[in-house]
Amino acid sequence: MVSTLTPSGVQTASNQARPRRRRRSPYPLWFFAIPGLLFIVLFAIPTFASFYFSLTRWTLSTTEFIGLDNFILFFKEPTLVSGFTHTFIYAFLTSAAKVVLGMLLGVLLTSKIIGRGYLRSVVFFPVLVSTIGVGLTFKILLDPFNGLVNKTLAAVGITGPGWLTDPSLALYSVIGVDVWKGIGIATLIYIAGMVAIPQEYYEAAKVDGSTGRQMFFNITLPLLRPATTTVILLSLIGGLRSFDLIWAMTKGGPGFTSDVIASVIYKQYQAGFYGLSTAGNVVLFVVVAAIVVPMSIYFNRQEAPR
Amino acid sequence: MKHERRRSWIVGIIAILASIVIFLVPFAFIFLTASKTVKDAADLAFTLPTEWALFENISTVLQTNQFVVLRAFINSITLTVTSVIIMVVLAAMAGYILDRRKSRWNAIANFFVLAGLIVPPAVVPTIWVMQMLGLFKTMPGMILIEVTFGLSFCILLFKSFVSSIPRELDEAAIVDGAGPLRLFFSVILPLLKPVVVTVIVVQAVFVFNDFAGPLYFLPGNEGVTVQLTLYNFQSQTLNQWNLLFADILLITIPPLVMYMFFNRQIVAGMTSGAVKG
Amino acid sequence: MLPVRIHRFARPLLAATAIATILAGCSVGSVGGGGDSGSAGATNITVLYGTGTANDTLFKALSDGFTAANPDIKLTLETQPTGTEGDNLTKTKLSTGEMADVFYYNSGSLFQALNPDTNLAPLTDQPWVDQLSAEMKTVVSTPNGTYGAPLGTTFAGGVLYNKKVYDKLGLKVPTSWAEFDANNKKILADGKVTPIEQTFGDTWTSQLFVLGDFANVAAQDPNWAADYTANKAKYSDQPALQAFKNQQQTHADGYYNKNFASAKFDDGVKAIATGTAAHYPMLTAVLSTVVQNYPENVDDVGFFPLPAQDAANTQMTLWLPNAIYIPKTTEGAKLDAAKKFVAWVNSTEGCAVQQKAGSVSGPYAISSCTLPDSVPAAVKDMQPYLDNKKVSPALEFLSPIKGPNLENITVEVGSGISSAEKGAKQYDEDVKKQAQQLGLEGW
Repeated sequence: MVSTLTPSGVQTASNQARPRRRRRSPYPLWFFAIPGLLFIVLFAIPTFASFYFSLTRWTLSTTEFIGLDNFILFFKEPTLVSGFTHTFIYAFLTSAAKVVLGMLLGVLLTSKIIGRGYLRSVVFFPVLVSTIGVGLTFKILLDPFNGLVNKTLAAVGITGPGWLTDPSLALYSVIGVDVWKGIGIATLIYIAGMVAIPQEYYEAAKVDGSTGRQMFFNITLPLLRPATTTVILLSLIGGLRSFDLIWAMTKGGPGFTSDVIASVIYKQYQAGFYGLSTAGNVVLFVVVAAIVVPMSIYFNRQEAPR
Repeated sequence: MKHERRRSWIVGIIAILASIVIFLVPFAFIFLTASKTVKDAADLAFTLPTEWALFENISTVLQTNQFVVLRAFINSITLTVTSVIIMVVLAAMAGYILDRRKSRWNAIANFFVLAGLIVPPAVVPTIWVMQMLGLFKTMPGMILIEVTFGLSFCILLFKSFVSSIPRELDEAAIVDGAGPLRLFFSVILPLLKPVVVTVIVVQAVFVFNDFAGPLYFLPGNEGVTVQLTLYNFQSQTLNQWNLLFADILLITIPPLVMYMFFNRQIVAGMTSGAVKG
Repeated sequence: MLPVRIHRFARPLLAATAIATILAGCSVGSVGGGGDSGSAGATNITVLYGTGTANDTLFKALSDGFTAANPDIKLTLETQPTGTEGDNLTKTKLSTGEMADVFYYNSGSLFQALNPDTNLAPLTDQPWVDQLSAEMKTVVSTPNGTYGAPLGTTFAGGVLYNKKVYDKLGLKVPTSWAEFDANNKKILADGKVTPIEQTFGDTWTSQLFVLGDFANVAAQDPNWAADYTANKAKYSDQPALQAFKNQQQTHADGYYNKNFASAKFDDGVKAIATGTAAHYPMLTAVLSTVVQNYPENVDDVGFFPLPAQDAANTQMTLWLPNAIYIPKTTEGAKLDAAKKFVAWVNSTEGCAVQQKAGSVSGPYAISSCTLPDSVPAAVKDMQPYLDNKKVSPALEFLSPIKGPNLENITVEVGSGISSAEKGAKQYDEDVKKQAQQLGLEGW
């Protein structure tokens, strides 16, 4: 590869400029400038402003400073404990499923099987549909009486459960749909990762007489590390903050049995409890950060020696 | 070899069968419901329509509310294309520096990237800032919002894949006298192609399907985007399932076409051996 | 080799940028009729309402009627999603000063939550204010002024029943809970139709047992609403607790349709109109849906209030119509035009348009509008209660407090996930936040 790097275009670079360029880093910090500006103006400022509002009783047009009362109130929320539990279950199960299934599909879809192109497309189809569309469709397919799923089960003599109406099942059904919808992205990331693995490694391993399984554990798995890191981080954060699919499918119900933190906060905003819902957002942020930041540092450190 | 080929067939066929049940049936349902008449669709059954009305439904959807769906398409496509391009360029640059250069700023940048992923956007204060800048309710403002909220994800992806590009390439280019811009745009960016494609596909779908963003930051009839049009066919009192699903079908087409196009690019990127060294 | 590759790769990007720039440049409003094409001299005002076929028809008709009468004013209709998103948007728009010139929203406690004194333009001096019924006036006013004008009719919340089923089984309209229960038992024993239709697939429909029972509570304790606002009366105590108990009991007795957990409001309307269910606790406002979807069955649907335990306490709970408001951000010529529109909606002309485009689910709340001669049977069934003054406005019109989670709690109680006592207690907690937010005394 390096040998191909004597392109005609590069030769035209003038020689006299070279010494000056040497001293400057080839990786200028100003590459950060525009993203940094956007982040600060449209993200950091509003976010810090909202942190202040979490300390107030905020009614549309007036704010009254009430210290930490909102946080106290938020922690007294009766559905809070179950909300946290549901959030963790949701985040953990969706990330685990996306890592395992995504990797399997990534490997499968880069191996030599028939219909590979078709399979690659079809796995990604669900990603293309909006959450509202997916939510609506599955609400109908999972209907306990008229839904396709239970009708099919009934045809083979099984009485299907109320996927979204059984309090002990609703959360898991939404998790299933979330995986269905999100697996395409995980797979795509894994495919991109698989492609980056030099084919020579496998050829060398084959010469050495490695089995497929050995190659998977000794080459594929370690070299897919960056992809795995990305998938875990993204799906964990997505899972902890997840809201829109749950809202589209169960609105946190039946009752509060599939309520997650984000939907609790959303309902508070709807009711006009702005200060309270902002406090909820701060809590959610702290919780997600407490889980994700150490993990991210850990992953970064693992990668560093390479 | 013969054994291997047989295996590829068996695995392939199993995978295809599974994919039909798991992935295609829900799409078939959307399509069938979109093809039914109102009464027929109300049963929400997985059956062939008694009377095919797909084109009637699509034309009804398009004409609803003075062609609101058409306006929404223009808005959504403008928003998606522009913001994704900006996102890709900015994020690739930032992700690249973040991997290559070890400086004090990295910690801050890393923190921002994670924070951007973790912190839910604060709606009302963001609107205030946009109002101050005169960006609220404008397409450029909406584009910048999508870019800002999408950057984190993109930077994260770029960063992790830049790390798989050998530094020797940079060094060779530097020795040949390439400046930072040239180094990035002519050496690094082309090698990032598979990731660029991934980012384009994922973010385009995300922006195109974003519901809450435009709902809050681009309100009004002028700024309507495709996801909001779904509400025209859904109400508390009377659901027109056939039109609703025809609309879902319609607004899934652009992402589908885009994906079909880039899917080939992904395959091309793989066979060209761009990153294989 | 490399530069060639870059070119091939970069070109689509550049082309795409160019296309995007062109697209962004061309005015989006040029497609379709949504543009801001205000002709010279005309005042253009925007009117915001929640999406939905019924609202679309109504507002289109109002807009046409009004602009025909006032050619110098142009109306632009804007829609937003209904439900939670609608609530959130309404509040976001008000707090950022981006509200349309006129908007349509609930009256009563949800109106109070908008901080009318700071966010809405007072309409106290408008001529139509004197024509409002006393109840209506209070639910669109604060101590400082009146802010809204009704749009639509009042409606009752209680039990919609199928008259054909009642005739066939020889049942009588119940006046006490025991009679209601006896009817349900008979219907269940008969086994052909569902005694009580429930549709938790649309969670808001689960609240009727509680909300529709309020008039009965008020009959037993006329001060209940005031005490409730003052943090003295609670849902976890009688008489209010009874509503939760009744809901729990009807589920335990197996009176509900078997798909109650997933059925949607549509299904409920179908069941009560076509007689596959005998009772559907509901608002009469939904008669418009019956008129629309099952016109031939309109007069099969009757109405009675949710019966109290003691027949003497059975009263009808009445809802007041939603209203149209003008935000403070509407000023100058637009404000005048907006006021004109609001006044026109409740003029004789406006009422005629309302009646033609919508449907009637109870008496009007303003004297300038009168009921037509023929009304659905269920609306006729409301009349005796109105005549005998056995009626009370729903709690949300007497107290500013309404907890956001009632519908989830009633789903839990009605599905047997939670008990009546637990649900009522949870609702009392839910309400506390609202009271504190409003800064009420005693919380």
